[in-house]
Amino acid sequence: MKKFIQHQGIVVPLLSDNIDTDQIIPSREMKKVSKLGLGEGLFSGQRYRYIGEEKEGPNPDFILNQAPYDKATVLLSGRNFGCGSSREHAVWALVEYGFRAIIAESFGTIFQNNCLRNGLLPVVLSAAQIQSIADEIGNTADAFSLKIDLQKRQVSSSKTPSYGFVLDDYSQQMLLNGWDFIELTLQFRQQIDQFIHHDRKLRAWAYL
Amino acid sequence: MQRTLFEKLWDQHSVSRLPDGSELIYIDRIFLHERTGCIALNGLQDSGRELRNPRQVFCTMDHIIDTFPGRTDKTLMPGGTEFITKTREAAKFFNIKLFDINDHDQGISHMVSAEQGITLPGLTVVCPDSHTCTLGALGALAWGIGTSDCEHAMATETLRVEKPKQMRVRFEGTLNPGVSSKDIIMYLIKSYGASGGQGMAIEFCGPVIQQLSMEARFTLCNMTTEFSGFTALIAPDTTTFDYLSGKTYAPKKQHWEQAIKDWKMLFSDEDAVFDAELSINCSEIIPMISWGTSPAQSVFISDRIPILQDDAKKSAAQYMNVTNEQSLINMPIQGAFIGSCTNGRLSDLQAAAEILKGHKVSPNVKAVCTPGSAQVKLEAEQMGLHKIFIAAGFEWREPGCSLCFYAGGEGFSDGQRIISTTNRNFEGRQGRGARTHIASPMMVAAAAIEGKIVDCRRYLET
Repeated sequence: MKKFIQHQGIVVPLLSDNIDTDQIIPSREMKKVSKLGLGEGLFSGQRYRYIGEEKEGPNPDFILNQAPYDKATVLLSGRNFGCGSSREHAVWALVEYGFRAIIAESFGTIFQNNCLRNGLLPVVLSAAQIQSIADEIGNTADAFSLKIDLQKRQVSSSKTPSYGFVLDDYSQQMLLNGWDFIELTLQFRQQIDQFIHHDRKLRAWAYL
Repeated sequence: MQRTLFEKLWDQHSVSRLPDGSELIYIDRIFLHERTGCIALNGLQDSGRELRNPRQVFCTMDHIIDTFPGRTDKTLMPGGTEFITKTREAAKFFNIKLFDINDHDQGISHMVSAEQGITLPGLTVVCPDSHTCTLGALGALAWGIGTSDCEHAMATETLRVEKPKQMRVRFEGTLNPGVSSKDIIMYLIKSYGASGGQGMAIEFCGPVIQQLSMEARFTLCNMTTEFSGFTALIAPDTTTFDYLSGKTYAPKKQHWEQAIKDWKMLFSDEDAVFDAELSINCSEIIPMISWGTSPAQSVFISDRIPILQDDAKKSAAQYMNVTNEQSLINMPIQGAFIGSCTNGRLSDLQAAAEILKGHKVSPNVKAVCTPGSAQVKLEAEQMGLHKIFIAAGFEWREPGCSLCFYAGGEGFSDGQRIISTTNRNFEGRQGRGARTHIASPMMVAAAAIEGKIVDCRRYLET
């Protein structure tokens, strides 16, 4: 997994609530048995113009197709970002496109876990803090960028106050070190086997 | 100590408490499908890791396969065949039970898992699919995960989980005619918002729940993910035990006796504490229908669309081509779909057939019925329900997820208005530009006949 220690990047605002994983990547864009090749399908419903079902070209009205947001690596959104389908393709598409962090008021639970497994940092800020960043983006003529420091668990810029965010220590360490979480759990193998040995006696009916 | 049903399940499965406060939870069953499960199996294969307990891992084909009669591995989904063949190869490689395309027990994962007795009360069950919460209706701790977590579960038999907060929703009153558990869950989501249960384990209880059939309970729990819950739970009772008795993978003989004893302990203690409690008076509910692009954007069929105050509502209304304070009644539709893990069960088909009997689908409507599983399809055909659907003008399909989300590469067209028994009215969910109204099977059947949205109660016998 790609490490996340510190990142500075342009912020794109997509401020609606409940941006679901069908919007992030529609089912029709998941064409291969692979975690790769999904960046092109990111937000495809809005990112492209269509003739019938065929893509005609980029949709200039969509913010990701407009400068400076076409270079954005941080996405700013509202409540419940990534709700809906569990498809990890949504995270793979965001990562492949180039996003390193998503700032939102809250996240869909499965989506948030998927982010943490793929080095995409989910940052939870309050509605007021998100609004102040959005206002600053609006007030900035050129590109507005944020610095995200995972060690300090802090978001900052030259124009906004620094905001701390909460992320549990384990997830922080995973991301800082780019650890493989399966490998970490396999260290508990003995303990897991002991649990099963004991549990089999208690709940024989549960085992096939 | 007084514990909730959730806490009893959680404690039973806790292998270890980790330093960061999360817990290592033992996983009893893993269910996969060819859309997301296939990638997890391939990921495991590529990493060279072992799948620890193949006997407790199951896989079905439901997401990519098409649902046309006489189907093969070919599908309209771009690249879809690869998902199907690779899933088959991986299932064989890891020696896990696969419910393949035309098997007599194939179907949507959450339906097969229940029909086969693979999910049982008191088990932990995961599947890389957000509607895994459906199975909480059996009193199992069942939740949806991503592909990476699925690999983790297969390789370690555990998941690292942060203990979710807990909510209890009590359903009081009685159900009015024409109201189903689909309307109840839509009403809950409408009342408290699409993130009303964010990250919480939500127990459903109360007199209404006790009276619901097992199938109706599945529908209720199914849409907990649309309420942003971690999962749903219903305490198992005789309805649950009767449903599971004799199922293929359910325990037998002395194991069944022991299981029943254990399952009878699965309830929230009287003084157990929840982080949040809600109460719904079901007597107030009449048939529901969504108007926007979030399940929370729903109304009683007799109500008008609310005043569109915020941008999200305005943009939803624009996508759906509806306006401020408009009534949905008499709005023409071009599509009607009955099926999915929400409403693809026998009782759903029966409820719809009851309305369709002796009627014809409006000529302007493409109407499709996809039984959720081969077992449901067979039972429906034994009862002659298929004849009612076909005589009315519905397509009668092979089991799968079907038009819930462009599965099998099939969708409705840009600008078409569809009434659907599915769970998500998201933008583009049923086809790019397609406008989805979610509702109960009775509402969909009535609208299909009339070619427009109507109150299904006019078709009920008085």
